[in-house]
Amino acid sequence: MMKKQYKRNAVVTGLLLLIAGGSVMAADAVPVDTGTTAWMLTSTALVLLMVPGLAMFYGGLVRTKNVLGTMMHSFVAMGIMAVLWVAVGYSMSFGPSVLGGWFGWSNDYFFLKGIDETITPAGVPEYIFSMFQGKFAIITPALIAGAFAERISFKGYVVFIALWGLLVYNPLCHWVWASDGFLFNMGAMGAIDFAGGTVVHIASGVSGLVAALYLGSRRGHPKIALAPSNLVMTMMGAGLLWVGWFGFNAGSSVSSGLLTAQALTATQAAAAAGAMAWMVIEAFHQGKATALGFASGILAGLVAVTPAAGVVQPAGAMALGIGAAMICYSAIMVKNKLGYDDSLDAFGIHGVGGMVGSLLLVFFIRKSWMASAETAAGGSWSMWQQLGVQATAVGIAVAYAAIGTLLIIFLVNKVIGFRASTEAEMQGLDYYYHGEQGYGMLNPR
Amino acid sequence: MKLITAIIRENKLDQVREALIEAEITRITVSRVSGHGQQQGEEIYRGAIVIPNLIPKVRLEIAVNEAFVDITVNTIIKSARTNGKGEVGDGKIFISPLEECIRIRTGERGGTAI
Repeated sequence: MMKKQYKRNAVVTGLLLLIAGGSVMAADAVPVDTGTTAWMLTSTALVLLMVPGLAMFYGGLVRTKNVLGTMMHSFVAMGIMAVLWVAVGYSMSFGPSVLGGWFGWSNDYFFLKGIDETITPAGVPEYIFSMFQGKFAIITPALIAGAFAERISFKGYVVFIALWGLLVYNPLCHWVWASDGFLFNMGAMGAIDFAGGTVVHIASGVSGLVAALYLGSRRGHPKIALAPSNLVMTMMGAGLLWVGWFGFNAGSSVSSGLLTAQALTATQAAAAAGAMAWMVIEAFHQGKATALGFASGILAGLVAVTPAAGVVQPAGAMALGIGAAMICYSAIMVKNKLGYDDSLDAFGIHGVGGMVGSLLLVFFIRKSWMASAETAAGGSWSMWQQLGVQATAVGIAVAYAAIGTLLIIFLVNKVIGFRASTEAEMQGLDYYYHGEQGYGMLNPR
Repeated sequence: MKLITAIIRENKLDQVREALIEAEITRITVSRVSGHGQQQGEEIYRGAIVIPNLIPKVRLEIAVNEAFVDITVNTIIKSARTNGKGEVGDGKIFISPLEECIRIRTGERGGTAI
């Protein structure tokens, strides 16, 4: 993705500079590309907008007594993950490999102190690149919260996402997106993950599934209906996520040009096709097209196109959106049969959708990308070979996220308690952990 | 027949409801209400301790035949108390005579319609 472009741009820019003038010092000579910088600033803000969007999406889906607690799961991530990102996250993700490539580290990136005046080869101040990447580190752990909504302690959650960000997200991000990450360099042109199919969606979805299985179901699940408090808010949240996703995907080109336009178009096409597909499937299967179903289809399409946005054309993006809607819908049916409590379908949408996108994208890669891959591989490179690379990346992301999450959750649950007490669950997270009520304004006071 | 009206804390609704179901009292009506009794409820708002004028509560309405009055009342008392011992603000129970009860679906009246 970005990093890919980032690296390639680096090479090209470097060459141009050498040609332009032999005496120019490369590090000082990169001018700020104001066009790219402006778009990356916008993208950074758009990705942050997805977090309150997610808070609304999840908050509307839980019961009235848990709405604030659930929204706080997203909001607190904006606090703690951003602090950790500035302190060590950027360094662990984008510093040079240490400990055999487990993660990165550079003292220059510690509290971002060494990038005060750095301009990346793409012509963007490194602060912007770092902040843009930091938004992904915020939303990823927040996505997990959907799997264990309505039944966890706030303190346990805060410690969990801090550890998860450090030990699961940062290493995965390093492997897939840092220029010396091993998945970035696998095969001809690396595992394709344009904006976070493996790093963001598979990692959060699989972690959510593991956590949901480990912590057990909510009280009353699946016998008693645990009805959404406010689907209106959920729809607004889904809308904000769709809007924000243009920053997420199109911003991941770390440029402001052709690739940005390609990613943006693929994103729109996939989201729309996914929503329509879900609506049609549901209308035939259940007899009614629900608003929540439409929103789920939007998300399934967006998730599936996330790894693919830079390499597929609009028709391929639509195929991915439709495929994701079909497979995610089936995954949720299977979940209902099996009876485990992935409360808001973090795995069903993000985990499954991420896998669908990361694997099926190989069938829709544009010719020019395959041509470059053939050159890079020194002659031939087939989509089946790329599928092998994709499957390896998916397998590694699944295994690493699952094992990492299991260890962290075991530790957190033993040491400070992760699962909320029965009493807390009955009273609701809002009152028990925050002393507030989300819908208190419905009462005269 | 009696109509039992109970005003309880909002956050006790699930405990009371589940205790009632366990005691086989399964037909209830629930509504959100506000009011004040003895409770000088203190609440923290932006770091300041304030006393709200009207405190949100939950009202349960349960129509029962005479034989079920005691078990219903005792179940509510037991499950609605804060920390099992009780605190000001746990609520009240009112029992009033119920003149008639009609099941709309069948039109039947009296004790069997409850």
